[in-house]
Amino acid sequence: MGWVTTWQRIKHNPMNQNRWQTFKNHKRGYWSLWLFSSLFFISLFAEIIANDKPLLVQYDQGYYFPIWQDYSELTFGGELDIPADYRDEYIQEIILDKGEIWWPLIPFSYDTFNYDLTEPAPSMPTLQNLLGTDDQSRDVFARLIYGFRISVLFALTLTFFSSIIGIAVGAIQGYFGGRIDLFGQRFIEIWSGLPMLFLLIILASLVQPNFWWLLGIMLLFSWMALVDVVRAEFLRGRNLEYVRAAKALGQSHRAIMFKHILPNAMVATMTFLPFIFTGALTTLTSLDFLGFGLEAGSPSLGELIKQGKNNLHAPWLGITAFISMAIMLVLLVFIGEAARDAFDPRKDCQ
Amino acid sequence: MTHKNSSLVVSDVLAVNNLSVAFGHRTVVKDVSFSIEKGKTFALVGESGSGKSVTALSVLQLLPDDASYPNGSIELDGTDVMAGSKKVMQALRGNSASMIFQEPMTSLNPLHTIEKQLSEVLFLHQGLNKKSTKLRCIELLELVAISDPKAKLAAYPHELSGGQRQRVMIAMALANEPELLIADEPTTALDVTVQLQILNLLKSLQAKLGMAILLITHDLNIVKHFADDVAVMQEGKLVESGSVVDIFSNAQHDYTKSLLNAEPESVVTKQVRTKPLLVVNDFRVWFPLKKGLLQRTFDHVKAVDGVSLELYQGETLGIVGESGSGKSTLVQGLLRLIKSEGDIFYNDCNLQNLNLTQMREHRQSLQIVFQDPYGSLSPRMSVQQIISEGLEVQGKHDDKEILQAVKQSLKDVGLPDDAIQRYPHQFSGGQRQRIAIARALVLKPKVLILDEPTSALDRTVQKQILALLQDLQQRYQLSYIFITHDLSVVRAVSHRVLVLKSGKIVEQGSTEEIFTAPKHAYTQNLLEAATFASRN
Repeated sequence: MGWVTTWQRIKHNPMNQNRWQTFKNHKRGYWSLWLFSSLFFISLFAEIIANDKPLLVQYDQGYYFPIWQDYSELTFGGELDIPADYRDEYIQEIILDKGEIWWPLIPFSYDTFNYDLTEPAPSMPTLQNLLGTDDQSRDVFARLIYGFRISVLFALTLTFFSSIIGIAVGAIQGYFGGRIDLFGQRFIEIWSGLPMLFLLIILASLVQPNFWWLLGIMLLFSWMALVDVVRAEFLRGRNLEYVRAAKALGQSHRAIMFKHILPNAMVATMTFLPFIFTGALTTLTSLDFLGFGLEAGSPSLGELIKQGKNNLHAPWLGITAFISMAIMLVLLVFIGEAARDAFDPRKDCQ
Repeated sequence: MTHKNSSLVVSDVLAVNNLSVAFGHRTVVKDVSFSIEKGKTFALVGESGSGKSVTALSVLQLLPDDASYPNGSIELDGTDVMAGSKKVMQALRGNSASMIFQEPMTSLNPLHTIEKQLSEVLFLHQGLNKKSTKLRCIELLELVAISDPKAKLAAYPHELSGGQRQRVMIAMALANEPELLIADEPTTALDVTVQLQILNLLKSLQAKLGMAILLITHDLNIVKHFADDVAVMQEGKLVESGSVVDIFSNAQHDYTKSLLNAEPESVVTKQVRTKPLLVVNDFRVWFPLKKGLLQRTFDHVKAVDGVSLELYQGETLGIVGESGSGKSTLVQGLLRLIKSEGDIFYNDCNLQNLNLTQMREHRQSLQIVFQDPYGSLSPRMSVQQIISEGLEVQGKHDDKEILQAVKQSLKDVGLPDDAIQRYPHQFSGGQRQRIAIARALVLKPKVLILDEPTSALDRTVQKQILALLQDLQQRYQLSYIFITHDLSVVRAVSHRVLVLKSGKIVEQGSTEEIFTAPKHAYTQNLLEAATFASRN
């Protein structure tokens, strides 16, 4: 069965329509979902909103798109065969001579050093740097947009992979039960005893952790969150009469797990997801704050908080980090609340 | 111990006048009036959803808060229940009237001993001290005829059988010698032999203590033998009431008549015997009991032990037995849903030797319909998905062909075409059972195993389903293995009957033989209990 028909089936199930209605009726959660999705959608185009390269350059009858392609200085009549630095006044001059430059809303990328500051970095918010600059004279607003994107992407990927692994492991343990279940549970007990933070610290001294390294290591531990609920649902589900009826029809184990029991387990899973997501966000931020997170120079909210702590005389750093984290987490918690209400089984009974 | 002052001469223990009960805007009980005399048994009869339990619960004001009483009054032992405060009600509950429920498995707290649960009632209402409480507990257990009551005091509910638990419940209800005992389907969850014991116990207790009993049941057989007066409820209204003798001999209302006639009629047709379709030899399902660190098997629970049977085409084989006799285990083993030993020959092919893939081909010939029409259909799948699933498993992928087959099988079980896009929760119990039958039928099976297919249904619906099964058997020459604990059903549908006890066959033969001249003592016992023959 294709994805489209599966989606149609899920969409047209009256129970799911009911849930969607409940979710919509939960005004706070519904608006939070819209707001959060819009923010995330906008941040996906961070390169267009905040960049130190122009969106479009018109030069000598030709159009150039510096964001997507590197051009040599020679293209614009410069002297050296090096990539053009559009923030350089000389380059700007020669381009404007024969054409036009269109800049993004914020003419800084997350790693652009603003050399034109009138005061020592970190500098106060000005019209040029709306939220000021950090202690390396980088624009805080640009870093915030990129940092938000990477945090949400990280949390999304982590949630996605840990639920896939968690659901699969929980399903297998619960469905087959017996020895598989016993060994699985004991393994999880031992595995969850390993200290994740220490592992990350040790790793940080061995390799330079990047996005994927962090994701991999956190995945090693975060998949266990869902195992228990899914396993419980499958333990219950495998003895339901309609599951036995499916067995009597000759349905394979995989199909029974997917078609008959998994939908039941999805209720618990969907309720948990927003909270796993929030957890992943917070973990990444705290690792960055401690300095064991993403590589140096990456835009990240945790790093911004750290700067705020180190530069108490520049309150715009700490306040920006605090407000953005708070808004993000509050929106997510509201979404999670609405999802929890929508999937509340007591509502289904009515 | 203080006896209630009975100087007040009230012959009616309970008087209900024009009672209506509503949940929100939905009125579920409408203008019901009846009264119960001291020492009499009054039966409230009706199908599920007719409002009989709601009526009974409102007597003790035990309904949830969203219930309202638009009009009517209830007078219990001379007290107006409706006007009573919470305190007054608490004093009435247990003292003037007490209640026993249907499910003895869940009405007792599994974490407390019998003594603790019994003495709680005594503490609450009588304020006895520890020593006299214990004596009274033993006395009560003796009253409900539990063997070795002293030892049972320390027992936990799971250590008692269903019948014993119901006896404990009765003991708790009687602890304060109430004027009225409300029994809400007290024996529905019990086996017939235990049911008879419990009903006889209630009768003798009534004679001893002189209390009135409000008996709620759907089983007219019980009413006939145990009640003095009866009232019939339909959709919240009292359609007819009177003495049991009157109603049973001369029912006025159509609904009462249909209830009285809902006893399953014999629908067995003649059949020609050829070669047996299914032959089972020395069939065993043993569950190992393990102990120790290495999980060594030291013994087995012999759920099914050495059963041999054969089934012919177009025949119905009834399997009868009490709960725990291994009926369901037997058929699940036959379908290889659980591990078993012994030969299962279907069309000379031994199913026991097949692997999963080979077995899949045979699954369409052997299908099963389960007991619970609410549990056996996935709530997340539409009727079409439910019925077509089997076809897809069997490797049919032509959408048109599948749709055609689904529609045909819906037609076969008497459901309309537009049912196809609906979901199970939009159907009634009887209709759901039809869907479950359609799911099996769409595969064109030769053998259909029916595991208590009608136990969860009301009598009138049960009759319709039995007629449907009969019709299908004739049309498609189906063979049925029909499992039930209800002897009247078995008698109505089977050609042959097999009596199972503790996993062993105690007797088998033609339906006529078994019912008219049972040879084994166990069968005789079962038949007696089912028809209340011993009382007459």
